[in-house]
Amino acid sequence: MIAKNFSRVLIYGVLLLAAVLFLAPMYVMLATSFKDAEEIRSGNLLSLPNGLNFEAWTLAWSSACTGTDCRGLQPFFWNSVLIVFPAVLISTLWGAVNGYVLSLWKFRGSDLLFGFMLFGVFMPFQVVLLPMSQVLGWLGISSSVGGLIFVHCLAGLAGTTLFFRNYYAAVPKELVNAARIDGAGFWRIFVRIIVPLSTPIVMVTLIWQFTNIWNDFLFGVAFSGADSKPITVGLNNMVNTSSSVKNYNVDMAAAVIAGLPTMLIYVLAGQYFVKGLTAGAVKG
Amino acid sequence: MASALHISGIRKTFGSGDKTVEVLKRIDIDVAAGEFLILVGPSGCGKSTLLSIIAGLDDPTEGEIRIGHRNVVGVAPAQRDIAMVFQSYALYPTMSVAENIGFALEMRKVPRADREKRIAEVAAMLQITHLLDRRPAQLSGGQRQRVAMGRALARQPQLFLFDEPLSNLDAKLRVEMRAEIKRLHQASGITSVYVTHDQIEAMTLGSRIAVMKDGVLQQLGTPDDIYSRPANTYVASFIGSPTMNMIAGSTNKTLAGGLFDIKEASLPLAGPAGGEALLGVRPEHISLSGDAPWRGEVSVVEPTGADTFVVVKTAAGDITVRTSPQTQAKPGDAVGLQISAGHVNWFDAVSGVRL
Amino acid sequence: MKPTFEQTLPKLVIAPGFVLGFAFIYGLMIWNGVLSLTASRMLPNYDEFAGLAQYAKLWEMDRWWLALKNLGIFSVLYVGGAMLIGMALAIVLDQKVRAEGWLRTLYLYPMALSFIVTGTAWKWILNPSLGLEKLMHDIGWSSFSFDWLVQSDTAIYCVVIAGIWQSAGFAMALFLAGLRGIDDSIIKAAQIDGASLPRIYWRIILPILRPVVFSTVMVLSHLSIKSFDLVMALTGGGPGYATDVPATFMYVMSFTRGQIGLGAASATMMLATVAAIVVPYLYSELRSKPHDR
Repeated sequence: MIAKNFSRVLIYGVLLLAAVLFLAPMYVMLATSFKDAEEIRSGNLLSLPNGLNFEAWTLAWSSACTGTDCRGLQPFFWNSVLIVFPAVLISTLWGAVNGYVLSLWKFRGSDLLFGFMLFGVFMPFQVVLLPMSQVLGWLGISSSVGGLIFVHCLAGLAGTTLFFRNYYAAVPKELVNAARIDGAGFWRIFVRIIVPLSTPIVMVTLIWQFTNIWNDFLFGVAFSGADSKPITVGLNNMVNTSSSVKNYNVDMAAAVIAGLPTMLIYVLAGQYFVKGLTAGAVKG
Repeated sequence: MASALHISGIRKTFGSGDKTVEVLKRIDIDVAAGEFLILVGPSGCGKSTLLSIIAGLDDPTEGEIRIGHRNVVGVAPAQRDIAMVFQSYALYPTMSVAENIGFALEMRKVPRADREKRIAEVAAMLQITHLLDRRPAQLSGGQRQRVAMGRALARQPQLFLFDEPLSNLDAKLRVEMRAEIKRLHQASGITSVYVTHDQIEAMTLGSRIAVMKDGVLQQLGTPDDIYSRPANTYVASFIGSPTMNMIAGSTNKTLAGGLFDIKEASLPLAGPAGGEALLGVRPEHISLSGDAPWRGEVSVVEPTGADTFVVVKTAAGDITVRTSPQTQAKPGDAVGLQISAGHVNWFDAVSGVRL
Repeated sequence: MKPTFEQTLPKLVIAPGFVLGFAFIYGLMIWNGVLSLTASRMLPNYDEFAGLAQYAKLWEMDRWWLALKNLGIFSVLYVGGAMLIGMALAIVLDQKVRAEGWLRTLYLYPMALSFIVTGTAWKWILNPSLGLEKLMHDIGWSSFSFDWLVQSDTAIYCVVIAGIWQSAGFAMALFLAGLRGIDDSIIKAAQIDGASLPRIYWRIILPILRPVVFSTVMVLSHLSIKSFDLVMALTGGGPGYATDVPATFMYVMSFTRGQIGLGAASATMMLATVAAIVVPYLYSELRSKPHDR
């Protein structure tokens, strides 16, 4: 009996410790962002701020400097918004149609081709950076929001196709056959029968894509120009500019702002996020 | 009069090179208008493949399918004027029962008023009017089956196809739905092709039965033909439960007519030719009699309520005999077996083909 | 049989996806390979073919070797650490804990953050004068010193710490899903057979979870090879280039140093490493699933 209680205590102890360790950085970020420079110098990571001082936040949003530009994170935030929404919608829709074909309208070689396409989920994107720069130049969309949307759609294609294809593979082929006999064609079946039952996977894909594209840095830093940098690039520039005085509170506020959208989505719809992670990793 | 469905020379192979599998070897069947044709056989015999080919969900490697006068090979399923009921019902999960039934009509742009009228008619016919607003997930197996039939009926097509529609139902429901399907066929008169692996369904529903094995048509005939005059040992043992007894032996033709020599006995029956043969006789055509020359020992007695089946161990093998439930036979009894001479079937000992 | 429209339409529909997808993946990959065989510097230069000179140069660079060494250290510690912690958390969480859902959400939230955000936060936490060190001093541990972030030989371990913090929850989620997928009756049978709980885990459950372990290692390894964001945010590759990894090396060579040919060569090496791990994995996964009609 004692052993059982002891093990329960141990279990909760471990979990609590882990919880503290996982929450601590977030606490530190928030606490620091509400302190002023003096508090930071005199206090330490864990000390509570003296109040909710939003000054760092205002600076981070509208006037902090990222390199030579001192307009805060705001323009980068909106750049990210402009990039993320079209890219997420296009890559999700495209993945859905591809997944539909690859699961319910298979033809000779389609599985093999899909297998080759799967590599796109794993490949290191470093290997497309240089050629893609040239391609974007030829298409006239380098250093632009449009260029980044283009790249994110292509890069996300393998992943979204994978999600939908695995999901639709569980739809019985008889359903499609029944619809064919009833007189419905390829698109009619997709719109009237398949799409209505796709809600779960659409949610997963939208959230997964949103998180990945919003959080992306590599494409952002390689392909963006002065006016098209996404928020991750803005944040990194802000934090790493070698200016004389480091404003840690502003840096932290900026980090929280950058992380807020994906965190919000995670808190509200985390179950879909988890499904996406486990579906992608454990190939079903 | 042209047949409603004409299947000729159908061959189907899968795979290529040395991994080619011939699933249908050469099928020729003519179905008259209004007939209820059963395709029956074990798993892998090709019956579902044949049905898919008739439906247009699959293409044959060779051969012709004519529905009415039209050769429909290469024609999409939607243009063949057929309806199909699937084993898993394949009801559209996000649509109501009414929408499921009316879907095909919607695809053919039938005006809404006519559609609704037809849906109501069909629902009344199948007694599912009270379910029209429900979703498939809210229905029981039997109800889903009716909706699947309703979806097919709403179309009034030239040809009805059934792909093992009763396999997912429990035994009692299966019996009810069998009667229902028969009733509907009699009322609608639409030519039907029905695939099943259950020989009881085959016998009760079909106007003609096509027994298939390994992609080859073993026999095509009425239920009576198949039951009483099976074309080979396979058909003989597939249809009828308990299966037909097969007794190996050789015919000895004498002036008096002939004897069939089996181990430790000679039966006063003569095969059509001399030499080795298989004698097939159904349990209901053998009786236990005290003084018949052919003797054996009762090993198992199986009462089923309406009959009792007695398994008798003889030198020629275990013989199943159907007797009345009042039989006194007990395991261990010595009994004699009497065969009714008018109901014997002779098969070639090697090929199994009917002699 | 002549193909019907119904049969060609799906092929037409997926064609753009396949064509563009393949162009993106394999086309650009090959192009990158071609670039690596040229003498390109600031701009791509297809006239000057250099054979394997860029690769030779690559393998002669100390900085590249350091990047590889860092990658090795990072990968092993990151994958190992995240997996162990993830596994431990999953096992503990599997013990019918109250508020399990909350805790799961909590352990996983770091995955929702960008590596840049994570890097920025940890950069502050591990700040040599005002971060962890000062905290410990304030608590009373005045001899504590933690300037790993700015020391060349220890900075990489800071990246490890931040990385594990980010990804342990993910490993936990995978393991938990795997644990939940195990048939309860196996555990009950083992209990009836007299095995104690730790023994059950060690001898029965973990062996069943081997495929999950494998795929977690797969995914984490592939994440670690791509780790670019985290390093850039946490250390910028520094101090100097002490925390350089192949990903940052490639970026710096290609976009800052004007050595495109060299950068392309390093990218090809990264590709080869990933392919060596992933291709056999993908091959075995796809082979084991029979293709249905």
